[in-house]
Parts: sequence; C-alpha cells; structure tokens
Amino acid sequence: MNLETEFLGVKFSNPLVVASGILGVTGASLKFVVANGAGGVTSKSIWLKEHKGHKNPVMIANEHYMLNAVGLPDAGIEKAQLEMGKYMENKPAPMIASITAGTIDDFGEIAERISELNPDIIEVNSSCPNVESELGKPFACVAGDVAKVTKIVRARTKIPITVKLSPNVENLVEIAKAVVDAGADGLTLINTVGPGMAIDLDMRRPILANKVGGVSGPAIKPIAVKCVYDVHRALPNIPIIGTGGITTGEDALEIIMAGATLVGVGTAVYYRDVECFRLIAEEMSRWCDANGVKNLAEIRGVAVVR
Amino acid sequence: MRDLSSLPKAFPKALPIKKIIQETDNVKTFVFEYDLGAEPGQFVNMWLPGVDEKPMSVAYCDENEFWVSIFAVGPFSSAMHELKEGDKVGVRGPYGRGFTWKKGEHLVMMAGGYGAAPLYYLTRKAVEDGCTVEFVIGARSKSHVLYTERIEALKNVFLHVATSDGSLGVKGYNTLILEQLIKDAGRGKSFREHCGDDTCEREEVDFASLNRVYACGPELMMKSVAEMCLAGGIESEVSVERYMKCGFGVCGQCSVDGSGKRMCSEGPCMSGADALKIEEFGKYHRDAQGKVHEF
Repeated sequence: MNLETEFLGVKFSNPLVVASGILGVTGASLKFVVANGAGGVTSKSIWLKEHKGHKNPVMIANEHYMLNAVGLPDAGIEKAQLEMGKYMENKPAPMIASITAGTIDDFGEIAERISELNPDIIEVNSSCPNVESELGKPFACVAGDVAKVTKIVRARTKIPITVKLSPNVENLVEIAKAVVDAGADGLTLINTVGPGMAIDLDMRRPILANKVGGVSGPAIKPIAVKCVYDVHRALPNIPIIGTGGITTGEDALEIIMAGATLVGVGTAVYYRDVECFRLIAEEMSRWCDANGVKNLAEIRGVAVVR
Repeated sequence: MRDLSSLPKAFPKALPIKKIIQETDNVKTFVFEYDLGAEPGQFVNMWLPGVDEKPMSVAYCDENEFWVSIFAVGPFSSAMHELKEGDKVGVRGPYGRGFTWKKGEHLVMMAGGYGAAPLYYLTRKAVEDGCTVEFVIGARSKSHVLYTERIEALKNVFLHVATSDGSLGVKGYNTLILEQLIKDAGRGKSFREHCGDDTCEREEVDFASLNRVYACGPELMMKSVAEMCLAGGIESEVSVERYMKCGFGVCGQCSVDGSGKRMCSEGPCMSGADALKIEEFGKYHRDAQGKVHEF
C-alpha cells in the first residue's frame, strides 16, 4: 500500500519520522535514518547558544522502557546551521527542525534563526522533562506559558509550526487548545513521561547521572494513544504527530486510529535497531492490504467516538 | 521484533573488581569475574556513580573473567585508579562490532600506545585459530609500552617495538616497522632476533605474505596503516572511536560524517577501506555537544 502522507502541506513518503533526540546529532546521521526507511526526520533540539547536556549515564533501557536524561546538549545555532545544512543539501526527506530555549524571548530568536535553514516544519520543544532542575517546570506544563512561546515563535517565522506537548499535565486538552489559539499549525504528542527514576541495588544510587529522566518505549504507548485520542477528539482539524512507544506497524496504525497523521519513532531503534523504520512501514502496509484499507486517511481518527 | 533476550544489555551491572594489576606507572588492568561474552574489539561502558560513565575496550575475555586496562588521564580514569580490589564498578555491554579474522592467517597488530590491550585479546583468539601474529607496538617511550610479557608468552607471536624517543626498540613511529614487514613479505624472507641475557642473534627465516593488518590507537596512525595496506593490497581493520553516550545505537552521538553510521553499532571495528570512506576519519571528531574538533 502507498503510505504517502501529507502533513501541514508537506509530503512524506511514509508517516514515520524519527523523533527528536534520536540519531539526530548530525545531518549525516539523519540521512542514515532516511536510508533505513524513515519518511522524514526531526533534528535534535537546537538552542540559540551552546548548551551542555547531562553527564553519562544518560540513557538506559530494558525490555519494557527506556529512561533518558541526555539533557538537550547542543553546540548552538551557528553550528546547527552547518550540521543541518549538510542534511538540507540533497535533502532525502522532509526536515522537521526541533528548537528549544530557556526563555520565551529566546524561543522567538531561535525560531527566526532556524528559519534561515528553511526546514519544512519547526517543532517547538518546551516540554522536555529532564532539564527541570536547570529550567524549572517546562513551559508546556502551563497553558499560559506554552501559548506565549507559541505566539512569539509564530510571530518570527512563516514556516509551519508544531508544538510538542508534555503528557505530564492534568489539562492536556486545555493546553492544546491554548497552543492552537496562539498560532500552532500542528501538535506533537507526546514528549517523554515522568520524569522517572531507576536505582541500582548494588550501587544503592540512581543510575542516570541526572538521577531522573523521561520515560519512553513500549510502556508509554497507551499514554500516547490516549493523549492523541483526547486532543484529536477536541481539535479534529489540527494535524498531530503521534509519538510514544511506537515499535511495530500495529502500534503506528493504533495511534493513527487515535487521530495522528505522522508517527514519531524513537525508542524503537533500541528494540529493533535502525531498520525499524522500514520494518514498521512494511507491517503497516501488510495490515492495510489484509484489511482492505487503501489509504491512511480512511482510518485516521476512526477510533474516536464523539 | 528483536528477540527480547537478545536486546543489547542497556542497564549497568555492578561487578566487584577481582584483581588489579599495575601495568606501567599510569596503566592498571582491572579484572572482573564475569562471563561478559565480548569479542575482540568490542567495548563496555563502565560507570562510577557520581563520577561518570565511559566506554572502555576489552583487553581479555573468557567464560570466567574479563579485563579492562585503563590509562589514568582524566577524572574518570583517575577515579578508577583509586579503587581497590572488591570495589564495585557498573558495567554494561558488550557493545559494537569487533574485529574479524580467518583460521591460519598471517596477521599484523599495529598497536599505538594503549591500543596494545584490545589487540592482545584479538591476538590470543587468532593464535587459537592457528594464526601467526607480528605484534607491533608504538609508544612515546619505554614507560608507555605495555603487555610485552604477555605478548611474548604467546606461541607464534613475534613482538616488534618502536618508541618515539628510541628508549625501546626502533626509534620512530611503528609504521616504519609495518613498512619493513610489507617489504619482507614481498621477498618472502625476514629476520627474527633471538635474545639471550646479553646478546641477540639475527636469523633469516621464511616469511609468509601478510593476510591482514589490524590497527588500534591514535587515529592518524590508523589512517596511515589503512592507506599503506590499501596501497599494498593487504586487508586491514581499524577501530574508529568517537564520543559515545548510549552505546547501543540510539542517541546518534557517535555517527560519522559521510555514511552517518554509528561507531557504537556499525563500528568501532571496520575494514580500513571502509574507514577511509568516512569523511572525518583522520580529520576531526565531535564532542559531547556535537562540536567539531580537528585531530
């Protein structure tokens, strides 16, 4: 089956995009992901100025979940323009540029600077749970704050914007509405859950150097599916990148039935290696063929009962 | 799905240090009693809570124990050097692709400095498979040469040493020795030294052509070796190290320019010909923030 998908006016050969922070340090790495079957890519989150991440260990995983506190390391916008510029030359698939900042003003500035690269879409990351000790509660956890971030980004760029939201809130739908009212074209649901913690019994210490980290992987898929479902139900015309624990073709179809248009894939690289993109796409096609589904629009949001 | 039992081990396991061996003034070998199952050329991530976690190559491994040799150079390695037998270290892995060899081959190990440790493990495995090994160590000076006694104790292994200051072996880079070995293989004859207490005797012996050359050490040395082997029509393998975080192919920190391949997963070991295709090989690498630094 043809998995071509349009999102915010951009055509993707399939709806699977690598999620921000996964294999996204360099342009060459993102091209490697496309060569392994991704329909599009999301860069790591880019800061205006150099930003140190956390010390190692930053990422641990088992059969149920991954816990990460990489801490958004980045060399800043000038270096990012060079790195992502290498991807933009002979771009093999659309680029979603993820941006982040510690202040609302910096979000405006980085939005303008990243636009010089001409990415297809800008993803606003104000929902990372593992820089809390540094930046305080993420903007995306307070409707008023994330709306301000969205508004300033909207004012500084003409490129379509999607805002990545946190599941770690009580009022996700209210926040989503505030973000859309402030000018977001789309939404990315969800950032990692938690934060959570894992303790080593022998060492009697938390394993991550940052002690806490965002939870991703198969364990969080039901949370992601519910978040997409709730937001799609409330805002049926707002396209969504659904992400969180998507590991198989069936998982991807499930989150599409909840209302997602694109599907973010991250932790699956651990469970199935980088070929997960090709494998998930094949599994989606196979299911659709077997079930008489001719295009993904037929099943998008189909599970949502109004 | 990957078979869940075959997933890369991505949680550290706390292991007590069974034994610590002082190799040189600045190098200690840590022995752990654990069936790690590492191939030569693979690495583990070692974790000291509150200090850091670093990738370290495996210097020896069998079903009972494995070794890691560490040069005290920064905060993590210095903290390792302060540990005592019985202290615990978090270990996860093994990760990455190791070296490959075939039975009965004539091999050259090109060890730059502490690269001697992982190549020692490769040599032991290759010799078990009937290989003959020319083990070439290059180091700044005599005090930085390690593993010589272990290497010399192996059958069908011949040790060659070069030091920059001439304090041991040939004066200069170890690539001078490789050049000579390639020439010797060309004419089918070489000299072996047999040393007694005071004197050494040189004997001319038959010298089989070289099947494969391995390099582990400074990247510029590995690049020279890969180029020399490519020019000489000899297979080579090198170990390309990059700053690593997760170790299991997810974070993208160790992806190289050109192919975008991950050195923790598609590497670190690869053919010299493939390494030469990496745009940044021998030129630059990236730090924890992704910033580029030239060699």
